[in-house]
Amino acid sequence: MRYVVFLLVLLVIPVFAGEFYVGELGAVFIFAVVGIAQMLLTGYTGLISLCHAAFLGLGAYTAAILLAMGVPFLLTIVAAAVVAGLAGTLIGLPTLRMSGLYLAIATLSFGSIIATVLAKWDRVTGGWSGFIVPTPVVLGHALGGPVWLYYMSLAALLFVLWMSLNILRSPIGRAMIAIRDSEISAQSMGIHLSRSKVTAFAISAGMAGLAGAFYAQYVRALTPDAFDLLISIQFITIIFVGGLGSLHGAIIGAVFVRLLPQAIALLRDDLPFGLGRMPGLEPGLFGLVLVLVILVEPGGVYGRWQKIARYLAAFPLSRRSTSTRQRSFTRSERLR
Amino acid sequence: MTAALFSADDISISFGGIRAVDGVSFDVQTGEVFSIIGPNGAGKTTIFNLISRIYQPTSGRLAFGGQDITTIPPHRIAGLGIARTFQNIELFTEATLLQNLLIGCHCRSGTGLISQLCFLPRTRREEIRHREKAEEVIAFLNLQRYRQSLIANLPYGVRKIVELGRALCTEPRLLLLDEPSSGLNVPETEEMGFWIDDIRRDLGVTIIMVEHDMNLVRSVSDRVMALNFGKVLALGTAADVQADPEVIRAYIGNAP
Repeated sequence: MRYVVFLLVLLVIPVFAGEFYVGELGAVFIFAVVGIAQMLLTGYTGLISLCHAAFLGLGAYTAAILLAMGVPFLLTIVAAAVVAGLAGTLIGLPTLRMSGLYLAIATLSFGSIIATVLAKWDRVTGGWSGFIVPTPVVLGHALGGPVWLYYMSLAALLFVLWMSLNILRSPIGRAMIAIRDSEISAQSMGIHLSRSKVTAFAISAGMAGLAGAFYAQYVRALTPDAFDLLISIQFITIIFVGGLGSLHGAIIGAVFVRLLPQAIALLRDDLPFGLGRMPGLEPGLFGLVLVLVILVEPGGVYGRWQKIARYLAAFPLSRRSTSTRQRSFTRSERLR
Repeated sequence: MTAALFSADDISISFGGIRAVDGVSFDVQTGEVFSIIGPNGAGKTTIFNLISRIYQPTSGRLAFGGQDITTIPPHRIAGLGIARTFQNIELFTEATLLQNLLIGCHCRSGTGLISQLCFLPRTRREEIRHREKAEEVIAFLNLQRYRQSLIANLPYGVRKIVELGRALCTEPRLLLLDEPSSGLNVPETEEMGFWIDDIRRDLGVTIIMVEHDMNLVRSVSDRVMALNFGKVLALGTAADVQADPEVIRAYIGNAP
């Protein structure tokens, strides 16, 4: 019910808000899609990936190039997801036995390979001079401008959310959780480790690619450096700030990561002591927030919110110990 | 004599120069509780890891229900009807109890990826069946009050039972219990003995158990095998094995 109200609010926002904010919210939705993709892979399956920007880029370039060739818009979205999904399979297969830092390095290199290919293959991608993304036309209507972007990204987010919820209530999603928490017993429960891991990579990359098709519409001109390591790290930030292991966390994280720099930019002029003129203020504050979240609330914003909700639900009777974890003596907090 | 449900024929495995299991043969009849005892490092858990195919035996042959399982990949073992628990509890700690049990049902699921992504009716029906199975196990083991708790928040004794439940969710014919009583106090160990009895009697599951607590071994096992340094010392009823001079020497050394 709460979600329905929330959705209705989201649907009417473009009527009131200015074009700039509507466009930025569209970007939030796109980032939330990638956040969910990253969450499925890192938060649920326990596999780190530093190349989701590359999957986003693959999706964006695929969609844009096909659009320029005159392929219908809906098909370009599907193609973007498929191409990125195949790339995800490609990186998933050789890294089956890797985890932790080794997997991080492997995906990092894969990401930079993709970025290099996008830059050097300039006959197709336009290289450093950029690739102008055509405006999609559906049934004779040009879907340009921030309002269309807003609604399309919202639809994409809802679609990906629906799919993720299905994944999490199906055997495949539980297999992912099992692999994260204990590979050996996952195997003994009949879970095919390598197949499940590759599937997780493919699904996650496919979702990121899908987001790419819309991201191309947001940036309007594609350059290879729009999909480098820093963006991948933003996606990692999204899931850590939001809270690992929850879809809520992915969305909250995306809102946070996209809107915090905007908020800082808005506040800049009003800051005292000339702080606003300090260079590097945004990344600095951003890093500070990330450090604070990891130090103070490892469950992320969503974890904190759950604690507050529990406190309010039990109001006068709440005690500190309600939300302290029992000490466990078995191997458990492997991911943290 | 009927054909054995499970048989190990002269299995060995070496890690480097150490022969962890050395020419061990035994067979387990349907409906039996078969215990493996032995001092630390005798190779008991290694035998379990060989049966669940996590290790590849250097030589020898494993058969289950008349089928050779020596070369079957580990993820197919559960589907055949062999489930196991672990010595140091390997539950999925950041998931709820119910999710853990449903993961146990994994090997009985057969819908395709697309069907799961869109949650088509086939997947829905299968999910309902899995949930019923999980609820059955919850009722059997009296775990109702913990249904939605995270495993990380459950006490150790309950986790042991949950692991038993997760193994039961795979609908096993053969259950491998690796030290079911380790870390449990005396009443909890007694309770574990009752569960093991119930599982054998009510569900008709054959059990192979590695155990140190001789009271538990005596009260539930039909036959006992004693191991030391990867070799079989004795095999027979609990009383016979306990009285075997070789076994006594392995545990407490030579008589002065």
